[in-house]
Amino acid sequence: MSVAVAPVLPMLFAQTRAQLLNYVRIPAFSLTSLALPLVFYTFFGLPNAGKHFPDGTSVGLYLMCSFGAYAVSSVMVFSFGIGVANARGLKLDLLQRATPLPAPVAILANVIMAVIFALVALVVLIFYVVVVGGVHFPVEIGLEIVGLLLIGALPLIGMGMAIGYTSGPNAAPAVANLIYLPMAFASGMFVPVGDLPDFIQKVAKYLPTYHYAQLAYTPVHHADEPLRWALLWSAVWAVILFAAAIRAYRRDALRKFS
Amino acid sequence: MTAAVELIGAHKSYGAVQALRGVDLAIQPGEVVAMLGPNGAGKTTSINLMLGLRKPTSGQARLFGIDPGDRRARSRCGVMLQESGVPSSLTVREVIDLFRSYYPHPAPTAKAIEMAGLQEQARTQTGKLSGGQRQRLYYALAVCGDPELLFLDEPTVGMDVESRRGFLASIKDFAAAGKTIVLTTHYLEEADELAQRVVVIDRGLVVADASPREIKSRVAGKRVSFTTDQPLPPDALAGLPHSGLEIEGLRVRLLSNEPEAVLVALFRRGVGLQDLEVVGADLEEAFVTLTSRSAVAEEVGS
Repeated sequence: MSVAVAPVLPMLFAQTRAQLLNYVRIPAFSLTSLALPLVFYTFFGLPNAGKHFPDGTSVGLYLMCSFGAYAVSSVMVFSFGIGVANARGLKLDLLQRATPLPAPVAILANVIMAVIFALVALVVLIFYVVVVGGVHFPVEIGLEIVGLLLIGALPLIGMGMAIGYTSGPNAAPAVANLIYLPMAFASGMFVPVGDLPDFIQKVAKYLPTYHYAQLAYTPVHHADEPLRWALLWSAVWAVILFAAAIRAYRRDALRKFS
Repeated sequence: MTAAVELIGAHKSYGAVQALRGVDLAIQPGEVVAMLGPNGAGKTTSINLMLGLRKPTSGQARLFGIDPGDRRARSRCGVMLQESGVPSSLTVREVIDLFRSYYPHPAPTAKAIEMAGLQEQARTQTGKLSGGQRQRLYYALAVCGDPELLFLDEPTVGMDVESRRGFLASIKDFAAAGKTIVLTTHYLEEADELAQRVVVIDRGLVVADASPREIKSRVAGKRVSFTTDQPLPPDALAGLPHSGLEIEGLRVRLLSNEPEAVLVALFRRGVGLQDLEVVGADLEEAFVTLTSRSAVAEEVGS
């Protein structure tokens, strides 16, 4: 026999392709990921799209950062949270475990799938803001926002995985919504943090989603904290949330595979 | 020659439950082996150890002479598990293509589809398949990597008579190509039809390991029941080939693989019979012979 194991790259490609096809065909996931940010922008962003802050920054652009952060973070939390819980519910993990597919390839395919989805959601949102909102900004600013939102999404993947490995398929959507939506709200993704009640403002400063949104505001010079602080906070949250995800994964694996 | 599959003194406990209590088993390349036993006997646990899905509490499992979790060993196996799932919105063909990418020398997609008899469902989303079709899809996924070794854990569960027949024929073709097959089943006739070797497992131990013909001769094939006109004398059945005797008032039930001899002897001994029934014993009943023997062996051993 010439080759003992299958090459990893085609396997990764096939796995990613299968994940993408599967998610595209679940409208509850694909449609809401793409459409909800537009719906929210229509409500909160469009009425203010033409206005400017005293420093000259476009309010429409600022709100694009907010809903961009919402778009990417919801893709990450829901695709991993509900996706992993569903896969466990369907017993996908049992069969997959018996095949030669290495676990890191399966996880990487999930990450690539989620990044592609997030990217599409961002591009659709930016297109909408530019065309419908009439907001204009240099391409570099747009690229910087997209780049920071994708890099900063790491802790949210950890949060999604932690939810996915602890909740069943029926509970996961509720758990993900109950944990993530209030966090997104408190972090200023819908209403600027400064307009929220005092105690929420105090709590918000510790949330991963808050620092994630701060990353998005950096290119438009409206972040409350320097970029390095937002990155540091995100890194700390990534460590915490991935530790929780790995712990939940191990507990699940121990029950099924030891 | 390296055994394809090996369990060496394998013990497995789940908490206080001892699922396997020291199993030694070597399966050579090209063998078709049926693992037979009642529910909870340890068949699935054995398969899980062989595949590296679970680790033995003590003892060893080897797949092609190496650790079963090793990707090189896994790449030579196809698996049909009792509990498994596939992404529900992918079509049959898409899932098979995905699984083919896991193996170094996969079979053509069309061949896997044909072997499982799913030509008409190739474009159907897996979530819309019937139970039997789903079971055949898992078979397609097990063979799509063109494995040398196939594990089938209760493969015909949920299949109707028709698809079961076609399915067994496909497994036979696969075996005829010189492949190794390890399957678990509840059905003696299924084991008889497919396997050259039957390993009977009960309460975590191998209680018999022989050809299907030999096993059949050792297990009680028929259940005999009748009503007597007066209570059966204690020595009425002495020296007759039977087991699993139950007497409820005048109703007598027993297991035997020579029911004719038992009945002839009863008539000769002047026992009057009514409501006589002789039917094929189901597996649970048939195994009373083998398993009571193992219980005796255990008592003698301890």
